[in-house]
Amino acid sequence: MKATADKATGAEPPLRVRDLTVAYHRKPVLWDVELTAPEGKLIGIIGPNGAGKSTLIKAVLGLVPRASGEVLVYGKPYEANRRLVGYVPQRGSVDWDFPVDALDVVLMGRYGRLGWIRRPGRADRQAAMNCLEKVGMAAYAHRQISQLSGGQQQRVFLARALAQEAQLYFMDEPFAGVDAATEKAIVALLHELKASGRTCLIVHHDLQTVSEYFDHAILLNMRVVAQGPTAEVVTRDNLHKTYGGRLTLLEEAATEMARARR
Amino acid sequence: MNWLAYNTLIVLAGTSLLGIVAGVLGSYMVLRRRALLGDALSHAAYPGLGLAFLITGQRHFGGLLTGAFATALIGSWTVGAIRRHTRVKEDAAIGIVLSVFFGLGVVVSRIVQNTTTTGSKAGLDSFIFGKSSGMVAADVRAILLVGVVVLAATLLLAKEFRLLAFDPDFGRVQGWPILLLDIIMMSLVCVTTIVGLPAVGVVLMAALLIIPGAAARFWTDRLGRMLWLAGLFGGVAGACGTLASAWAPSNVGAGPVIILTAAGCFLFSMLAAPRRGAVARMLRHVALARRVAMQNLLRTLYELSEPAWPDPAPLRPGRRAAARGWVEPNSDGWRLTGAGWQRAAEVTRAHRLWEIFLIEEAQVAPTLVDRDAEQVEHVLEPATVRHLEQRLAELGLVPQGLGAAPRRHAALEELEEAPS
Repeated sequence: MKATADKATGAEPPLRVRDLTVAYHRKPVLWDVELTAPEGKLIGIIGPNGAGKSTLIKAVLGLVPRASGEVLVYGKPYEANRRLVGYVPQRGSVDWDFPVDALDVVLMGRYGRLGWIRRPGRADRQAAMNCLEKVGMAAYAHRQISQLSGGQQQRVFLARALAQEAQLYFMDEPFAGVDAATEKAIVALLHELKASGRTCLIVHHDLQTVSEYFDHAILLNMRVVAQGPTAEVVTRDNLHKTYGGRLTLLEEAATEMARARR
Repeated sequence: MNWLAYNTLIVLAGTSLLGIVAGVLGSYMVLRRRALLGDALSHAAYPGLGLAFLITGQRHFGGLLTGAFATALIGSWTVGAIRRHTRVKEDAAIGIVLSVFFGLGVVVSRIVQNTTTTGSKAGLDSFIFGKSSGMVAADVRAILLVGVVVLAATLLLAKEFRLLAFDPDFGRVQGWPILLLDIIMMSLVCVTTIVGLPAVGVVLMAALLIIPGAAARFWTDRLGRMLWLAGLFGGVAGACGTLASAWAPSNVGAGPVIILTAAGCFLFSMLAAPRRGAVARMLRHVALARRVAMQNLLRTLYELSEPAWPDPAPLRPGRRAAARGWVEPNSDGWRLTGAGWQRAAEVTRAHRLWEIFLIEEAQVAPTLVDRDAEQVEHVLEPATVRHLEQRLAELGLVPQGLGAAPRRHAALEELEEAPS
């Protein structure tokens, strides 16, 4: 497979970001972000609202213009290695009343490797069905997407990313507003991805589950406050630096409790 | 039969094909919520016609099209620029461009009429509402050419356009040149609009882009079928409009009749479409209200410690329930029959499971709860249902009588005594 061939070209990390700055209307949103994502880890991107978590992902993927900075995917500029990258956007970013069914959406994950004009064939359909199977949605393949629950829609997005057969995944708030069953399904899927050597960067908003779900964490508030193994990075001190006054006592207590549980 | 005259046939072919092409392309505009941009485009094309006439000095077909294309492009670019570089929203930007360019067009066409000797013959006014009887073979050839190009492009680029319309950011991540695809699509809309101007006119062209797609959306949840249907609606509107205006005694232009025919398709779709149509929705709502009333009656009967329902009861659901053999009248009201007992227990179970779900998953529940769904299992995951049932049992609220023979009072006494 092409993906693994490219990937095997050295000991380069899946993602290295240097000196990334993003500004909207002159107001900086991200400042001098330096990141290295180690291979085969589940990495949570954590920070308060407006900290630039989604913007970080979008800037790395070239969806918002970068004022400065360099993004290397497995040692090459992102544009050269984009086949290795998979993306799960925020659920609210599309119109779910669009006239397609779940399988159609997952098939879009195959478009990248199909190239111009060629239509998805039987092999692509089979691959897409397998991806739906992996997220427990095979029975809903032919449901129009507006007739799926929020959690099911999220799983369709995950299946589409799986269909990309990428090595490095970016997921924007996949746990937002999903039911308990979907949350479990997503966690299981993340562990499967990790077991097969994939790297996932996941924007996450729930402090209580950070240590439970992620090996690594990136604490972000316009700049990177800390990054590294979750146990070392998610400390009271760092959380204070990230959230400032916004971290309420309640949340602190909950975080402490979650840490104590482990 | 003069309606089969050569000229009428020419016009008929032209307007039908124009309707098909506009319907297919317009569907994408509707889905991308860009419907009004078509309106801005056609109005922005108007000054280009006059300018082309001023420059070339004659009504040369290619020249007019080029001029219209140029100003239409400037117009759509202006909409984009206003949106990107100012805080003005897209709808306001469209409104500004549409009226300003149209005003400019009117001024230019007056200048043409007053300063050139052939100006009055230019017939620029006919582009405002369209004048299909004035269509010539060259107009129809242009439509034919554009039609072939547009249909070929939408067939070949079906998957690319689908991605562009549904999730352009995802497409960008895969490396698709989304901006280029957008430019291709908007250029196709642009040329379609312009070749449609002689027939339908500046003012009505947008309607031919929007209405067939909007009508087709009512009938199907598949993009492919929607495109075919929109083409069909557009084509039928184009043909019927032309024929009707040819038959009509007074001199009604084809453009307005085409739009009215398309609007007829839309009205019919809006009312009669099976799932999304207004009538179907209303019937569903009535059925839902009835079911809820019935379920409430059964549940109330179940939960009252004695199965008698004092008069005056909600009589209508009561009578319907009696007709189904679920309740029977007794001395002072209604009471559950054996079958009714079973049914009431099912309804009560579903409602209680939903209530627990609402409490336990408050952050997501509102999007999932379907109180009417008696089979909770059809909506929620099996694991979730098992969990909810367990909670129900812990609370001692499992309705008695599920699958068992009716044990009326005994069951209710158990229920009352159960710890909660």
